[in-house]
Amino acid sequence: MDRRRFFASALGGAAALAAVRCSHTGPATTRDPRVTLVRDPAAVSAGQADPGRTGALLERLIREHFNSADPVAVFRSLFSPRDRVGIKINGLSGRRLSTHVELARAVADLLVQAGVPAQNILIWDRMNADLRSAGYTLRPWGEAVACAGCDALGYGGDLVVHRSIGSLFSRAVTDLCTAQINLPVLKDHGIVGVTLGMKNFFGAIHNPNKYHPDRGDPYVADLYSHPDIGGKVRLTIVDALEIQPEGGPPYQPRWCRDFGGLMASTDPVALDRLGWKLIEEQRFAEGLPTLAEAGREPTYIRTAAALGLGENDMSRIVFHEA
Amino acid sequence: MKHKFPRRDFLAASASACALAACPLRGWMRSARAVEALPEAEIHLHPALHWEKQPGRRVKCTLCPRECLVDDLERGYCGVRENRGGDYFTLVYGRPCTLHLDPVEKKPMFHFLPGTAIFSLATVGCNVNCKFCQNWQISQVRPEQEKSWDAPPEKIVELARQQQAPSLAHTYTEPVVFYEYAKEIGREAHKHNLKNVVISNGYIQEKPLLEWLPFLDAVKIDLKAFTERFYQDLVNGELQPVLDTLKRLVRAGMWTEIVYLVIPTHNDGEAEIREMSRWVAGELGPEVPVHFTRFHPQYMMKALPPTPVDTLTAARDLARAAGLHYVYVGNVPGHPGEHTYCPGCQTLLIRRSGFRVEFAGFSDGKCARCGRKIPGIWS
Ligand code: SF4
Repeated sequence: MDRRRFFASALGGAAALAAVRCSHTGPATTRDPRVTLVRDPAAVSAGQADPGRTGALLERLIREHFNSADPVAVFRSLFSPRDRVGIKINGLSGRRLSTHVELARAVADLLVQAGVPAQNILIWDRMNADLRSAGYTLRPWGEAVACAGCDALGYGGDLVVHRSIGSLFSRAVTDLCTAQINLPVLKDHGIVGVTLGMKNFFGAIHNPNKYHPDRGDPYVADLYSHPDIGGKVRLTIVDALEIQPEGGPPYQPRWCRDFGGLMASTDPVALDRLGWKLIEEQRFAEGLPTLAEAGREPTYIRTAAALGLGENDMSRIVFHEA
Repeated sequence: MKHKFPRRDFLAASASACALAACPLRGWMRSARAVEALPEAEIHLHPALHWEKQPGRRVKCTLCPRECLVDDLERGYCGVRENRGGDYFTLVYGRPCTLHLDPVEKKPMFHFLPGTAIFSLATVGCNVNCKFCQNWQISQVRPEQEKSWDAPPEKIVELARQQQAPSLAHTYTEPVVFYEYAKEIGREAHKHNLKNVVISNGYIQEKPLLEWLPFLDAVKIDLKAFTERFYQDLVNGELQPVLDTLKRLVRAGMWTEIVYLVIPTHNDGEAEIREMSRWVAGELGPEVPVHFTRFHPQYMMKALPPTPVDTLTAARDLARAAGLHYVYVGNVPGHPGEHTYCPGCQTLLIRRSGFRVEFAGFSDGKCARCGRKIPGIWS
């Protein structure tokens, strides 16, 4: 879609911000099926992110997506100084194919500039070991900026039974944080097809291994539909500095490519649908079969749309590439 | 002959087991010091058995019918077997999370050394996810989420011998997922003339099962229902592989008992119970004991009531009418279906109430009245 059509179909500046504000009381996702991709090939080289260019790319992404000149103002509209904000990264694949530290740091900086106290910010993932191997420095909850795995933060004591899910939820999504920014990566998944925004919250439960059968369908969608998960996500930003269209979730040098992108949306379904499309395009370019042909079409995205979590129909998703 | 353990000790040991706390053998003071002295375990890797390499550092686990395809740094469905760089490892070898001395009746096994204690252990992990699991706090977690001890097979056997337990049980969670450990414990146990028992869901492939049998003396299988639908909806598994396992066990001459947990409205239909009983009688033989046990609301099935006792009694009647000789009712202390009767002359052979055992008209594995041989392992 060209820029003019994007703005014609989008809600436009102030209205867009207002729509996002609704997310304070639950997922605003179904109301705003816009996805923005920005790219800077120089932001990454052989997997190594340039901190300055990554920060600049993030600001550009926020400006473009929210049609606002001021990324700090956007964050101020999304988060209040009283919020305790979790930044959910994906650190399962070491330094090379995890959410880049430079991006998580830039997001935390924006939050601080927007008035969220640094000690109210938590970068988190499933395990301390994953965070460490992805290049993060651990800091306990309460320090500025905290960084910890669910194994250190602990799980809520009560089993959460929600639709097809029966799990203990990490304290990162229950009592510690009032809001989340989700920072997944852009990659293929050998069982569920693609692992993007919604699937990233498998890191919030104690038993993710139980929810991969049937290509994660309906488990990914069911988990995300819980108020403590999707209900707290105010923004998803896909770290597309790299793209891996095959061989995931582990890093596979044969398939991983610098992509230099960041992608944002407040609609988790639209974002995953677009991410899937990018993976398919890259697969085509590499001469690989489609995910459906490979027997792992990510049908959980469709299921999430059926649950009302967002927009799956490509004709209704408003894609803006800047 | 009277039971060998004082009731007080049995109840205490069983209470600690039910609590599933990280405090082993609380009720069995003689052993407490020895077990508490075990060092706490770190996660460590031990080569797994029964898997195949796949392209792209992926592996296929062939231990259970699920046949998980596992990518590098990922784990299988059971959460305790991990791919590291294209090789497959178990994370729970020598890492029990619970150790207890139980009455063998608690398993329940009624034709295996009745009235004795059985040294019981588990690691975390399970290859299914029953919505009614009694032990989900250990079966449905990953190794790093539960405290465990460093206890190699030799140590387990040493502890069992200290307790003067004549047998060991791999139980509470699913022993198939700690196969390598359980197998080595069995090998070690046999060196010291201890019997080795597995309490399992039977969800295992043929080859690993057959390789395990030489180290086993008895198996109890939880047959959770007799429909694929139930297995699909409430177990996250399949019925047919379990039936195949039962046939293989009986064919191999392994002493086998079956437990069928009767869950109101889900697997308690007359037709299903009758069909299951006929299948057992026809495929396994009428001498295989079947225990119908009472469901209590648990885990993800808290909204259901406990099984009415009448339902259990009716199930027992149906199974007996289908030709089964040894049909029991479990989790209902004082029910006449707890006792063993001679199928020939109906003499009461073994009287039970909860974990209390009293031998009545039974000696040397035979009915004292008519002399009929009663199948089981009695000494
Ligand atoms: S034993 Fe575990 S890893 Fe292996 S197939 Fe079964 S569930 Fe999967």
